[in-house]
Amino acid sequence: MYDLIVIGGGPAGLAAACTAWEKGVKRILIVERDKELGGILNQCIHNGFGLHHFKEELTGPEYAGRFIRMLEDTGVEVRLDTMVLTVTPDRQVHMVGKDTGYHIEEAKAIVLAMGCRERTRGAIAIPGQRPAGVFTAGAAQRYVNMEGWLPGRRVVILGSGDIGLIMARRMTLEGAQVLACVEVMPYSGGLNRNIVQCLHDYDIPLYLSHTVTDIRGRERVEQVVVSQVDERRQPIPGTEMVFDCDTLLLSVGLIPENELTRQAGITIDPRTNGAVVYENMETSMPGVFACGNVAHVHDLVDFVTAESQRAGAAAADYILGTAQQDGPVLEVKNGDGVTYTVPQHIRPNRVDRRCDLFFRVNRICKDSQIRVTSGDTLIAQFPREHLAPGEMEHIVLPRTLLDKASETITVSIQEVESK
Amino acid sequence: MYDVLIIGCGITGAAAAFHLSRYQLKIAVLEQENDVADGTTKANSAILHAGYDPEPGTLMARLNVRGAQLAKDLCAKLDVPYLPCGSLVLAFSPEDDATLHTLLQRGQTNGVPELRLLTGDEAREMDPNLSDRVTSALYAPTAAICSPWEYCLALAETAVRNGAELHLDTAVTGLERQEDGWLVRTSKGDFRSRYVINAAGVWAQAVHEMAAPATFTIRPSRGQYFLLDKSEGSRVGHVIFQCPGPNGKGVLVAPTVHGNLIVGPDATPVEGDDVSTTADGLAFVRDTALKSVPSVNFRESIRNFAGVRSSTDRGDFIIELAAPHFLDLAGICSPGLTAAPAIAEYATQLLAGDGLALAEKKDFICHRRRTRFHDLSPQEKAKLVEREPAYGRVICRCETVTEGEILEALRSPIPPRSVDGVKRRVGAGMGRCQGGFCGPRVVEILARELGVTPDHIVQDKAGSWLLASQTKGG
Amino acid sequence: MKELICIVCPKGCHLKVDEAQNYAVSGNSCPRGEEYGRIELTHPTRVVTSTVRCTGGAHPRCPVKTSAPIPKALIQQAVRCLDGVELTAPIHTGDIVVSNICNTGISFVATRDL
Repeated sequence: MYDLIVIGGGPAGLAAACTAWEKGVKRILIVERDKELGGILNQCIHNGFGLHHFKEELTGPEYAGRFIRMLEDTGVEVRLDTMVLTVTPDRQVHMVGKDTGYHIEEAKAIVLAMGCRERTRGAIAIPGQRPAGVFTAGAAQRYVNMEGWLPGRRVVILGSGDIGLIMARRMTLEGAQVLACVEVMPYSGGLNRNIVQCLHDYDIPLYLSHTVTDIRGRERVEQVVVSQVDERRQPIPGTEMVFDCDTLLLSVGLIPENELTRQAGITIDPRTNGAVVYENMETSMPGVFACGNVAHVHDLVDFVTAESQRAGAAAADYILGTAQQDGPVLEVKNGDGVTYTVPQHIRPNRVDRRCDLFFRVNRICKDSQIRVTSGDTLIAQFPREHLAPGEMEHIVLPRTLLDKASETITVSIQEVESK
Repeated sequence: MYDVLIIGCGITGAAAAFHLSRYQLKIAVLEQENDVADGTTKANSAILHAGYDPEPGTLMARLNVRGAQLAKDLCAKLDVPYLPCGSLVLAFSPEDDATLHTLLQRGQTNGVPELRLLTGDEAREMDPNLSDRVTSALYAPTAAICSPWEYCLALAETAVRNGAELHLDTAVTGLERQEDGWLVRTSKGDFRSRYVINAAGVWAQAVHEMAAPATFTIRPSRGQYFLLDKSEGSRVGHVIFQCPGPNGKGVLVAPTVHGNLIVGPDATPVEGDDVSTTADGLAFVRDTALKSVPSVNFRESIRNFAGVRSSTDRGDFIIELAAPHFLDLAGICSPGLTAAPAIAEYATQLLAGDGLALAEKKDFICHRRRTRFHDLSPQEKAKLVEREPAYGRVICRCETVTEGEILEALRSPIPPRSVDGVKRRVGAGMGRCQGGFCGPRVVEILARELGVTPDHIVQDKAGSWLLASQTKGG
Repeated sequence: MKELICIVCPKGCHLKVDEAQNYAVSGNSCPRGEEYGRIELTHPTRVVTSTVRCTGGAHPRCPVKTSAPIPKALIQQAVRCLDGVELTAPIHTGDIVVSNICNTGISFVATRDL
């Protein structure tokens, strides 16, 4: 019997386990399916991590390394190369590994930290032939950065998410020619800094409002056809550009990896594709918490760490019996311009001083107000010069304001009239 | 000198090889690709049809019904995923209602058991997500679904275990009539055989014309599909058809034996084996399917693919001696998957009629089992991992496929040589992430076990390379 | 006057740099942005990350970075310095892999333990 089982040894799982240990939880087990801790950070060898958390700029492996060393100073147990197959509602965790065998372990609390996976060609229905050479950007990143293999020499990238942009630079520096980065939306899905230092620095063109409309090649990709799209994202005939290339990388979105969560019967929010969570990252199943990209897809690992520390602390409270009484529950609703919020439920009684609220917007907004209302009452308002779907937003609601709300609070965006 | 040489190892060739391997015959199967089941067999609806569609009196009618009976037993013996889920043909109008009556009568004439007409409400009671606009339905309880490539693989593998030879990457380039049979020229040298079976699918016309004057024209017809995530797998419980039209059985919505939902196909004439998907074709499939089952959530799509039916200008299956000791099994479009074992039976009779002596083997093997880790109970899993730790290493996280299963496939009579070959055998990469996670790991295992560097591993067909070169001046 | 996007942090501020006014920077929200704007127009630099071959560790490649930003013009040349270098495990984060890259005085250092 463990006090806490953490499923996943990436940044979320590491932070949750470290914090739970600091709070006094003794028997903690991390189950990691890979042969090492650190998760996807191990293949994110570029820098830019840690500015918020460590106040310095680290590479992915360095960021992971700091937490791995922190964990080494604790008594947290780790099982590597071990896959969790099932989580039951009575908090039994079935796991299997080549060296660790098949085990059913029980825990007082569980932290779900399985991360996310990439959307594929099938999810976006790119027509054409089906040759080899179409990779998700993350799979290509693993080949290049960890295994030392270049998956192709002439590359087109679909999607301007950060992984796609980062891979444009990586492939270029490894000697491949990146011909274009193609984005269906009229704006990039990645961070501005990555457009500059991954595309502009290497003269790689970014085609906004374009998409891939055909893949050609019998055995291996030979050509990719790119077309401009209209406002409804439909390809415009006559705008086709043909690129001779052997590789198409896809950076077309991430999906939280919630098969275990669903199987356990935990409520899922179709907007985040993650578990519905309370202010402390507790799911609909008492004692089961979710944090990091399994709860909702983040842009920055620093925010994953912060969220996972809250989950780890809450799991500790649950295990040690130090949690506050529930009290009333506020449902957080998405108002105009907002696609999702995390948490989806807030128990003001459980909020110590402040409650972090994360959300994404559905369009680019300039000079806007983030409005938090309860019924007809405006309880808080936050000005923003710039909001974009590619950038997760964060507001902090003080407990005193939450106490003014009843039943629901709604987060919405109000654009100030342009001058 | 072989007794029987079979050209093509799709479901038709594999079924023929399996059926003939029960006799004391020297058999070879030549396949131009690097794996079996690599043409139409791997890209179709995976339906074992009940048999009410074909016109009575045709080979299609007779062999469909017989094939469906044989398939049930074969799938059980050869460990092929098979689910007798039944099918519904939906009517939306009085004309459709009339068509269902015609299908019912045809089915009864063809000898299809237990066919029954349902009202719209009865149909919705059986499959609650059907459209409110369904007015009636034809229910065929004997329709089933299977894993077509595993069916083909199981037949081919068992034939090999019974002594048949399989030659992959072997394309036939010419046929010459000789006194005692045929000289078969291939990309891998010459073969001599007393009898030749043409099971070359889309290429059957070309092979036929190497041996005899033209008697038919293949008119390849492409069908496009969506495969949806397991979250949509229980959207329907039966194979859901609309009324057949001039282009075939139309767009269906069906569960798969792997737990997914399959939607398709359209029908478009193409050249050769062009299996491209098109935006228009996919949109047509989507819109048509929604008429049957309006709630299908296409956002859960995990893969699109297309297959080519080897239809001909003659409408029916072409199963006939085109020259002495040369048997065509051509035009095997739908219901070819269902009919395959019956086609093999009939082909054997035709060869016997042409002088092939059939003496049964005493030690014929008709049994096959493979480990499916995902389907085991926790106790069985624990025991297996204790005995063979490789079954404890999960390679494909979406489908819970272990290294042990991949190694088992690599030691089977027809080992995989490509990433997709592994997928077809054990399911790694078939799930929602489509090999994004397990792909590199499968490449690593294949390279290790085949004793080559990873850049020699292909995705599917020869030439479908995955890795260009090592980084850092390698 | 030049407009550029700051790459110092994920915020991506839109900077304006006035070459005529001794590279005065506006639009930044922190001092590091001001520094970036000035340097980007006078002598742009980047931290470069890549990998080197490695034997005896858990992976055949070890990630590396430049210990400080190097001139942008030297990026390709710097990366080529890594070809042919082969490390042997054990490797520790911060170990110097190639020193004095292209006579900059800056080194490539390992960014993980292997």
